[in-house]
Amino acid sequence: MSRRPASIYWIGFSIVVAALIAAPLVLPTFWARLLTEILIWGLLAMSSDLLIGYTGMVSFGHSAFFGLGMYGAAAALLTVSPPNLWLALAYGLLGAAAAAGFVAYFSTRLRDIYFAITTLIFSQIFYVIIFTWTAVTGGENGLTFERPLLAVPGLIRLHLTPTNLHWFVLAVVVGSYLLLRRITQSPFGMVLQSIRENEARTRAIGYPVERYKIVAVMLSGLFAGLAGVFYALQNEFAAPDFVFFIVSGETVIYNVVGGIGTLVGPIVGAAFFLLLREGLSRFFTEFYLIPVGVIFVAMVIFMPQGLLGFMRRWLNQ
Amino acid sequence: MAISLQQILIQTVNGVVTGMILALVASGLTLIFGIMDIVNFAHGELFMLGAYVGVLTLAAAGSFWLALLSAMVAIALLGALIYVTTLRPLLGRDPLTTILATFGLSLILQNYALWQFGPVARKIAEPISGHFTLFYLDYPWYRVVIALIAGAMIFALWMFLKFGTWGIWIRATTQDRVMAQAMGIPVPLVLATVFAIGSGMAGASGVLFGPLTAVDHAMGLDWILKVFIVVVVGGMGNLAGSIVAAIFISLLEAYASLWVSPAQAVIVSFVVLILTLLFRPTGLFATATR
Repeated sequence: MSRRPASIYWIGFSIVVAALIAAPLVLPTFWARLLTEILIWGLLAMSSDLLIGYTGMVSFGHSAFFGLGMYGAAAALLTVSPPNLWLALAYGLLGAAAAAGFVAYFSTRLRDIYFAITTLIFSQIFYVIIFTWTAVTGGENGLTFERPLLAVPGLIRLHLTPTNLHWFVLAVVVGSYLLLRRITQSPFGMVLQSIRENEARTRAIGYPVERYKIVAVMLSGLFAGLAGVFYALQNEFAAPDFVFFIVSGETVIYNVVGGIGTLVGPIVGAAFFLLLREGLSRFFTEFYLIPVGVIFVAMVIFMPQGLLGFMRRWLNQ
Repeated sequence: MAISLQQILIQTVNGVVTGMILALVASGLTLIFGIMDIVNFAHGELFMLGAYVGVLTLAAAGSFWLALLSAMVAIALLGALIYVTTLRPLLGRDPLTTILATFGLSLILQNYALWQFGPVARKIAEPISGHFTLFYLDYPWYRVVIALIAGAMIFALWMFLKFGTWGIWIRATTQDRVMAQAMGIPVPLVLATVFAIGSGMAGASGVLFGPLTAVDHAMGLDWILKVFIVVVVGGMGNLAGSIVAAIFISLLEAYASLWVSPAQAVIVSFVVLILTLLFRPTGLFATATR
């Protein structure tokens, strides 16, 4: 680990962030909006990379955390007046944390595919509850609300225009990235990676593996909830479709396509996937998922490292 | 609202009927998992495509039984094709990659069905239209017949695995793939056959279950979740366990829907799953040796 690549890494990081800051000023409205969306889905995918890439647990239940974040935000914005952005964040994170705690407690008892299947089924529990509890969640129609003001008492009071929201989301995603990067490089993160490499040996050394896994799932769920809150803010609605397990599957797709264990990879995967969808849906209309599925399967077989897999070591230094 | 004994008995019959179909689908999935560590996420889609093959054959030939047979054969061939093209390259890799690949496959198949057949649900007519009186209801004979056919197919599978040459090869391959190969068993062919058998069973279940519901491109989604629950509760790769679990869970859901809507009754099976994971993580019916 020489010093030079590290400085190149930070220069690259700054250039990408600067480009993303400037993007909404240059891009047409549609593409600027898509970029914000990519960042939000990227955050969701990145949160799940903490489990898939670093702990070696493939979660098929991230839609639950994402959805609870959405509905938490909706609850705060609909029940408290005047609507408060920070309260929406707090409610969303609380909802996601509660769901993550519940899922983590049960599913971490299992490993590998069993973990994947149980997280999937747990996320469906939340889906069924949200879908059928029409009085509270609006059922199939979901909930709609107004975007709140971005206000810090005594400091700023801004309307969340698409551009403002983009910068806000960007700040959150970059912050989350740096935080997750710090987490994966911390002693805690090292234990997670050793669980991925050899769980039995990690346990033999004396680490309480289950506790580490529970914390990992909860952390991951918290960031997924954060993504949910911002998706709700961007679209001004919360809908049960986003709790359905297809969203979890797409999250895993972003990870695999982008390259697991890189944190930025999943964001790139989300960008690749969403742009592909945008491009293909012009030719295939609503059947774009057929070519997307073909590309995904081909990548699983021929390119298991993903788009950024070759940079993995460099990105994690 | 008081629940009468009659209602409970009717729900028992309903639960057993759905349970038998569920068992048929689940046994295919668990067979595939048991022998090659592949979690087939596209299994629900094979079920759905089976139902569509049934619809098409029924429209062309007019015979339900021919439709059942052709769906079984067509989906078995499709399964073999899927195995050879996408799953064989993944053999020996982490089982998780097979979930990913088959998830991709399920997206492809589901959207293919949407594209090919459109969003309007199709109907399969019941081949046997007679009814008999079950308390205050006219209960269709067909439901009883499906349960019997499903039971017969599961029994046939079990006999085949127990006594057929290929069945013995399959069991040998499950126990020790390398040793089986060394003994001259054509392992690659056995694996492809197992995948085809499992798929064919899913396809046949689709046709059998078709008359009870609407056939559309999303029908596989509900099923794959139920089947996963059954397979985990019964113990992954444990054939008998998943059959018992299928009937057990269907019965519970049938009883639960006496009090709540069927959409909410699903929660009962989730609860069973949670309890199983808490107390018997290897499956409710796992034997001590596993």
